[in-house]
Amino acid sequence: MDQSVVVKLQDIVVDFDEEAVLNGLSLDIHDEEFVTLLGPSGCGKTTTLRVIGGFLMPKSGSVFFDGANVTRLPPYKRPVNTVFQRYALFPHLNVYENVAFGLRLKKLPEKEIRERVLEMLELVGLRGFERRGTENLSGGQQQRVAIARALVNRPKVLLLDEPLGALDLKLRKEMQIELKRIQQSLDITFIYVTHDQEEALTMSDTVVVMNKGIIQQIGAPEDIYNEPINAFVADFIGESNILDGTMPKDYEVEFAGRSFPCVDGGFSPNELVQVVVRPEDIIVVPPDGGQLVGVVKALVFKGVHYEMLVEQAGIEWMIHSTVASQPGELIGMNIGPDEIHIMHRTVEEYAYAEEA
Amino acid sequence: MPRKRNPGNGGQQAATLLKKNKGVATPYIAWVVVFTALPLLLVIYFAFTDRDGAFTLSNLTGLAGYASVFFLSLLLAVIATALCLVIAYPISFMLSRLRSGRQGIMLMLVMLPMWMNFLLRTYAWMSLLERNGLINKFLGLFGIGPFEMINTAGAVVLGMVYNYLPYMILPLYTAMLKIQPSIIEAAEDLGAGTWHKLTRVLIPLSKPGIKTGITMVFVPSISTFIISKMLGGGNFWLIGDLIESQFLGNSYNYNLGSAMSLVLMVVVLLIMSVTGGFDSEDIEGVI
Repeated sequence: MDQSVVVKLQDIVVDFDEEAVLNGLSLDIHDEEFVTLLGPSGCGKTTTLRVIGGFLMPKSGSVFFDGANVTRLPPYKRPVNTVFQRYALFPHLNVYENVAFGLRLKKLPEKEIRERVLEMLELVGLRGFERRGTENLSGGQQQRVAIARALVNRPKVLLLDEPLGALDLKLRKEMQIELKRIQQSLDITFIYVTHDQEEALTMSDTVVVMNKGIIQQIGAPEDIYNEPINAFVADFIGESNILDGTMPKDYEVEFAGRSFPCVDGGFSPNELVQVVVRPEDIIVVPPDGGQLVGVVKALVFKGVHYEMLVEQAGIEWMIHSTVASQPGELIGMNIGPDEIHIMHRTVEEYAYAEEA
Repeated sequence: MPRKRNPGNGGQQAATLLKKNKGVATPYIAWVVVFTALPLLLVIYFAFTDRDGAFTLSNLTGLAGYASVFFLSLLLAVIATALCLVIAYPISFMLSRLRSGRQGIMLMLVMLPMWMNFLLRTYAWMSLLERNGLINKFLGLFGIGPFEMINTAGAVVLGMVYNYLPYMILPLYTAMLKIQPSIIEAAEDLGAGTWHKLTRVLIPLSKPGIKTGITMVFVPSISTFIISKMLGGGNFWLIGDLIESQFLGNSYNYNLGSAMSLVLMVVVLLIMSVTGGFDSEDIEGVI
């Protein structure tokens, strides 16, 4: 993959009514990368996208495309196109004319417009729908028109603002795979905004986790999931047990009333840390063979696995297991050294300080 | 919130309601017969008879002499409608983009003059435009003028624009409310500058409002008589004045007056059918 930076955001600050939405955000996005901005609503992800698209002028900071400063350029002068949240198709135009809109403005010859529109409709699987009005299409079809309408202009970067939010679960999964396929076949950069962590993990090369207008962590989906940098990321990306602990020395951590071997080092002796353990990483064993022993409080069937709430020494653990233990039952819990993720507590405090 | 347009549904519901209970429509039919159909028939009857009730075409053929009045009325009404459209379009757009709380206040400001008496409003313009009126006095302070403003065609058009502007703003505003901001952003995103946003997206999508607005301004403008009398000072006889004088004025001749009304109605209907103003599916209701 070409690693040159295509979009660069530098110290972007955006205020709405005196309230900071983006707090000096800086971000490099590389060529041909599928980048997802992930975070809860109000975290500034859509605002970031609108700054890149040119729909929003930042109060300060700069936006670069291929090294050129475009901060003051209007949207139609930027080499990006956008797929809007609710499609925003032109209701007075049919499918063909919707897709042809951008090309007509460029005054391309009719023959070329036709070729490119049909090629794009082929790509999104909508050949034969040219003469249809957009209002009679299903949500998924409208979504495809919106994607074709943006991609037909051959942008260097495609911005997608929660494009699958209005679709049902099954369709959403299909479109996720579809989008990834389209991105790979066209070799362009996708910047994708979502609050759905599963969507982010499925499609992205890089995930940018945001909260309160600040980037929390940037990394590959596996890294974000396995090595969350702080409690917010750990909590937002999948479910986790987050506990306070201390590191007496390297490769040893104390939490939940006992000491565990772990694979992390480089902390100062007896440093206060936070420990993340994923619910699926806790192995249920008979009580006498467990590192920890707890009482099952609740049991919920989730399809692929059971979800159990277990109380141990005043801590409530969440465990995912394919074997059910009934409420009231005493169970043992084992956690392997690889499954214990340790974070500096200072980082966590910094992230949550923004909320206060 | 985006609203799905579903033109057929309301009509269908009304139709089934009527089938179930035919009596529901009776009062409306009676209303239409008494207040629309009968008067219309009377107008037609008088237009084709003389004072003794005998059939004649002389009322209609006699109108040829008033062709210039018809033409002037048409011209002034077209100018006034066009001006209203040009003025109202940006106002309506800005109104529709305001935050909803402010929209209410601004809309009230637009409507406020409409709550004042029509005659009073027009009198106010008289005193403003007069030779010794406020505007000339003010300009006189700087040694400019005085200008002949009242009793000109311009004053009549001004009166029409001022009085009928809200009727243009309201339907345009309602039509533009339905245009989601993201649709305009999409156009911008796809390369549309200001001009193309207007011609390729805004105007096509606000067409229903434009049609309604044109109808609502053009029809009263072409048939007004108060405005031309007060601001035109009798120099500009319009069809409205002509018709009024046949019923209330010196030339008292209700047969001729009916013929004029009939022709005016036909002219309006013809023009409206050309501009598509009565295309019922597109018509945009006023609040």
